[in-house]
Amino acid sequence: MIETHALTKRYGQTTVVDAVSLDFPPGGLSAIIGPNGAGKSTLLCMLARLLDADGGEVRLDGRALADWPNADLACRLAILRQDNHLAMRLSVRDLVSFGRYPHSKGRITPADREQIAAALAYMDLEAIADRFLDELSGGQRQRAFIAMVLAQDTDYILLDEPLNNLDLRHAHDMMRQLRQLADERGKTVLVVLHDINFAAAWSDRIIAMKNGRLLHAGPPAEIMRPEVLEEIYDLSMPVHQLGAHPAGLYWLPAAARE
Amino acid sequence: MSLSHRRTLLALGLGCLVVITLSMTLGARGSWSFVLPFRATKLFVICLVAHAVGVSTVLFQTLSGNRILTPAVMGFDALFLMLQTALFLLLGSFQVTSLPGWAIFVLQVAAMGSFAALLYRRLFTGSAQSLHMMILVGIVLGTLFRSLANYLQSLIDPNEFLVLQGRLFANFNNADPSALGISALVISASTTAVILRLPRFDVIGLGRERAINLGLDYRREMTFGLALIGVLVSVSAALVGPVTFFGLLVAHLAYRLLPTHRHAVVLPAVSMIAIMALLIGQFVLERVFSFGAALSMVIEFGGGILFLFLLLRGAAR
Repeated sequence: MIETHALTKRYGQTTVVDAVSLDFPPGGLSAIIGPNGAGKSTLLCMLARLLDADGGEVRLDGRALADWPNADLACRLAILRQDNHLAMRLSVRDLVSFGRYPHSKGRITPADREQIAAALAYMDLEAIADRFLDELSGGQRQRAFIAMVLAQDTDYILLDEPLNNLDLRHAHDMMRQLRQLADERGKTVLVVLHDINFAAAWSDRIIAMKNGRLLHAGPPAEIMRPEVLEEIYDLSMPVHQLGAHPAGLYWLPAAARE
Repeated sequence: MSLSHRRTLLALGLGCLVVITLSMTLGARGSWSFVLPFRATKLFVICLVAHAVGVSTVLFQTLSGNRILTPAVMGFDALFLMLQTALFLLLGSFQVTSLPGWAIFVLQVAAMGSFAALLYRRLFTGSAQSLHMMILVGIVLGTLFRSLANYLQSLIDPNEFLVLQGRLFANFNNADPSALGISALVISASTTAVILRLPRFDVIGLGRERAINLGLDYRREMTFGLALIGVLVSVSAALVGPVTFFGLLVAHLAYRLLPTHRHAVVLPAVSMIAIMALLIGQFVLERVFSFGAALSMVIEFGGGILFLFLLLRGAAR
């Protein structure tokens, strides 16, 4: 269980995350949505100790993040940012092997090798395991980084805009794989998403932020209502029910949205 | 370690042995009992300096997350020059000349290690910095330290200044022999520390956020790494003075020869390449140009061109 209490981050006079208190119980897939500059990525970074908070705290299993030994935390919680740049040249297998570092400290054991092979297979990377990352397409590289997080084998997986740079099919595959991680492996997956319809179709819970504040948190049916979405994005849009899934038609021209 | 890496390292080791044997024996005239000890001392200095420069450059490039900057470019050598002069002035004016040579040396190395860690940690543990910004900071810091050193030198008594001056110019023939034993000790201690941390340096190479995600105490490792680099740089600078671009040359040769992220492979390679390059350079200088030019000049020329090339190519991408 990850909890935040009045979590706050300021840059000079600007408050980017403003007193956010939230619970993330184990299991399931949660999506954080909100307009640009809402503080979504900053919140995620503080949850994963990449950024220090200026106020409030994050607790994992009742213990403040600062009190966890770094190495133990790396076995419980993994984060992947949207930046896929690397200063050095790595093959897919090398990158995924790094995921085992928190467990083996650089000495790869046979058990590690199994985990690495399983992560490669899960993300469908076996055919390109020995290719270098800079030779791959954006989607393949994204999958390689997710495989590294899988090899890390943590209970919590935090992903910052994993659908960036992915085409429709790969974005769909990515959400399906994240859903499987939550359903089949009991992982707690937390993603920052831009597309409300991906969030509505695949997640168990949507967390909406705006101007650093927590605006709404609840199941998709609660968030996917025209008045709520307008409050979040300052954009009025019709919400249609497609079978079990609500869809916000935000991309329509203003005349067609009326 | 893959088979091809093993083979390349083995070939480098053999190459090293051949070059060392040749430089010990080639063209020797007169009594062996004179030639061998004389050459062995020089060889030892060259090996120590080459190892320190090569390893410190690769580590620095890993910690700073790019392959263009070197400790010398970022002003490490100038910092050492300043600390050395300051200590000299301080000890001279307090008339603590009775202090043994090794104690002064240890003091210098310790000061350098801690200053390097404190000064540069902020620069590299902050959020992403642009390469151009870094180079600018390096030039400003380098100029600052050099000017401070110049200022301090002008305060020193002319007679004492001559002693200091003799230490500040790169020359493998007049390395301070009293510092040799303690240098070897310091180098082997810091090399052991590096060996114990090889996997951690691999992880640091992934960048700040990924290193933290993998459970590394990033701040502590960066501080320790920078201190190690400071110590290595100060040993090479104390023995032969600043050699600015040599590290860049050998580091890129090692990256080219062994394209891997593993420091367990790259560091031994860069050390051996540096030893070979210095020995061959010294040999060519003595035999072909008969001491007509200083080795450091040749290295600066070649290394400077490589630096400009890397900078232009990096900017074009």
